[in-house]
Amino acid sequence: MAATSEHLTRRDWFVWIGFAVVLVVAPLLWRSSFAQTLLSQIGIAIIACLAYNILLGQGGMLSFGHAVYSGLGSFIAIHALNLASKGQLAIPVSLLPLVGGLAGLFFAAVLGYVTTKKSGTTFAMITLGIGELVASMSLMIPEFFGGEGGISGNRVVGRPVLGITFGPQIQIYYLIAVYCFVSTAAMYALTRTPLGRMLNAVRDNPERVEFVGYSTQHVRYLAFMISGFFAGIAGGLGALNFEIVTAEVVGAARSGGYLFFVFLGGAGFFFGPIIGAVLLVIALVLLSELTKAWLLYLGIVFLIMVMYAPGGLASLIMMNLRLAVFGKLNRLWRHYIPLAVAGLIALAGAAAMIEMVYHLQLNEALGPQMGFLGLTLDAKGVAAWTGAALVLALGAGLFEWLRRGFGREWNRIQEEIAAEIARREAAA
Amino acid sequence: MNAAAPTVAVELRDVRKSFGRTEIIRGANLAVNAGERVAIIGPNGAGKSTLFNLISGRFGPTSGEIRLRGERIDGKAPYEIARRGLARSFQVSNLFTRLSVFENVRCAVLYAMGYRYAFWRFLADLKDANERAEAVIAMIKLDRRRNHLAMNLTYAEQRALEIGITIAGGADVILLDEPTAGMSRSETARFVELIRDVTVGKTLLTVEHDMGVVFGLADKIAVLVYGEVIAFDTPDAVRANARVQEAYLGSVLAQGH
Repeated sequence: MAATSEHLTRRDWFVWIGFAVVLVVAPLLWRSSFAQTLLSQIGIAIIACLAYNILLGQGGMLSFGHAVYSGLGSFIAIHALNLASKGQLAIPVSLLPLVGGLAGLFFAAVLGYVTTKKSGTTFAMITLGIGELVASMSLMIPEFFGGEGGISGNRVVGRPVLGITFGPQIQIYYLIAVYCFVSTAAMYALTRTPLGRMLNAVRDNPERVEFVGYSTQHVRYLAFMISGFFAGIAGGLGALNFEIVTAEVVGAARSGGYLFFVFLGGAGFFFGPIIGAVLLVIALVLLSELTKAWLLYLGIVFLIMVMYAPGGLASLIMMNLRLAVFGKLNRLWRHYIPLAVAGLIALAGAAAMIEMVYHLQLNEALGPQMGFLGLTLDAKGVAAWTGAALVLALGAGLFEWLRRGFGREWNRIQEEIAAEIARREAAA
Repeated sequence: MNAAAPTVAVELRDVRKSFGRTEIIRGANLAVNAGERVAIIGPNGAGKSTLFNLISGRFGPTSGEIRLRGERIDGKAPYEIARRGLARSFQVSNLFTRLSVFENVRCAVLYAMGYRYAFWRFLADLKDANERAEAVIAMIKLDRRRNHLAMNLTYAEQRALEIGITIAGGADVILLDEPTAGMSRSETARFVELIRDVTVGKTLLTVEHDMGVVFGLADKIAVLVYGEVIAFDTPDAVRANARVQEAYLGSVLAQGH
C-alpha cells in the first residue's frame, strides 16, 4: 500500500481557503448589525470551543472549568484596555486579545500544574473545584472582577491607525475573524506535531505512553497550557467585543456550555467544535429569545445525542460523507425526509406541552390563552393538552416505525460497503 | 563469548515486592549479560509478570536493587526507564487503539529519536522518524495494514504490533511478556522467527509458557518459583537441574524436546 502523504492535499487547501473566504464574506452578505454581532460571537466561540477540544477530544481530558481561562483572559484584557485608555499602557487594541491569551496561558500554567497531575475522573473533579474556586473569588475580589456590574471599557483608544478605530462592530468583527483564522490554523497545526500526536496517544492509552518514553503528566500539562492560551485569546476578543466583562465569564455555566456544545458538535473531529460554536451562539442568542424554555430543549437535545449519536454532529456528517463516497447516500434520502417530518411532528407536540407549562408558570397574569405556531392554545384546557399529546404520540410512533426501516437499510448499506472494501483490498 | 568480561545488562539484587501482606517476589537475584536471550519460566503465580513490572517501572520494588547497565533504576518512573533504553511488551496487547498501525509505531519512535514534546515541528517533516516507523512496520509484516486502526486488527496482528511498538524506539534491552500467548501453533512458529529477527544483538528477557518457544529462543533460562530465582543457566543445565525438577514440573520441561 502506498504511504499516504501527511502534507496538506489540494483538497485541504481548498477547505482552508474556503474557511477564510467565509470569514471575509459573511458580514458582506449579511449586513444587519444583528448579523455582525452574531458573527462576531461565533468567531470568538470557535476559538474557545477548539481550545476546549484540545483537552476533550484530542487529549481525553474532561474539564468542567475551562471558562476560568477564557474568563480570566477577558478580565486581564479589559484591565489592559482600561490602562491603555488612561495612557498608562502603550499597547494597540489589536494586540489585546494576545494579552488575554498570555493571561490564559499564565493561569493555565499555574492552575494546570495541579490539575494535570491527575487524569480521568480525578482530573474532572479538580477542574470543577478550581472552577468553583475562581467563580467564588470573583465575588471576593470586586476590585479585579468588578462585583455585580463587572468591568467595562471602551475599545476606541488613541488615534485611528489607517482609519481603523475598532469602534464600529464590523471592524471588531474583522479583528475577530483574523484571530479566529490564525488560531484555528495554529490549533490544527498542533494536531500534526509530535506533541499533538502524543496527546492522542495519552487519550487512547496513557499507560503505554509511559513505556515509550513520555511522561503523560507532562503531555497533559503542555496541552493544558496551549488550550489555556487559546481560550484566553477568545476571552480577550470577548472583552473587546462586548466592552464589558462580568463574573459570569468565569462561571460554571460558561464552562458547561463549552463542554455541551463541543460534545454536540463532535469532539472526535477537528471541525466538530466549529459546528458546536455556531450552535452555541445560535442557542444563546436566538433560541433564548424564541422561548423561555430553551435550556430544557437543549437538555433534551443533549440527552438524545448522548444516547444515539455520541460522536456528535461531526460524526453524523462523516458517516454520511462515507456513504456519499461509496455512492449510497441517495438511497437514504427517502428515509431522512420522512424521519425529519415525523421528528418535527413529535417536537411540535412536545413543544406545545412544554410551552403551556412555562406559560402557566411564568405568564399567569396574561390568562391561559397563548399563541403557539399560529394557533391559540388554552393552556388550562383539556382540548389543547389532549391535542398536543396526540400530536406527540403520532409523531413519536411514526418516527419509531420509520426508524426501523431506516435501521435495516442503514445496516444493509454498511454491509455492502464492508464487502466493497474487502473486494478492493483483495484486488490491491 | 568474547574474552573480555561481558557487561551485565540487567541485574536484580535481592529484589522483594509485597502487595499488602502478600510477598510476591521474595529476594530475586539475577544478572543478565548484554546480548543474552533469557526466558523466564515458572509455575502460575510465581511472579513472572510482577518481575517484569518491577524491572520496567510499572511498580517499584519494596526493597532490593535493580540495575540497568550498572545504573540503579528501581523506583524510577516507566518513562525514565524507557529513556535509558529498556522497552517492554505486555501480555494483553496494550496499543493506541484509535490510532493507525503507522501512528502506533511512530508514537514509539518519537521520544527516542529526540522529538520529545515538540509542537513546533510537523510530523510529516520528520523524515527519519517516519522511515524508522515504516521500517518497523515492514519488519513486523504489517505493511498492508499500515493505515488500519489498531483496534481493527486481528489478534495475531495486534500481537505483532505490540512487539513493533516495543522494539521501535531502538531499546537494547527488550522485555517480552508472553509474546505468543493465545496464538496457534503455526502462528507461534512464525512469531518466534519474528522475535528472533527483531531482537538481533539485543538483550532479551521473555516470559514464556510454551516450552518449544523457550528452547527455540533462549540462550539461558531463569526458573522463578514462589518469587525466587531457583535456577539460572543454559537450557540443558536447567533441564538437568534436580531442584528445578522437584520444584517445577519436570514433565513441562520435558515437553520441549
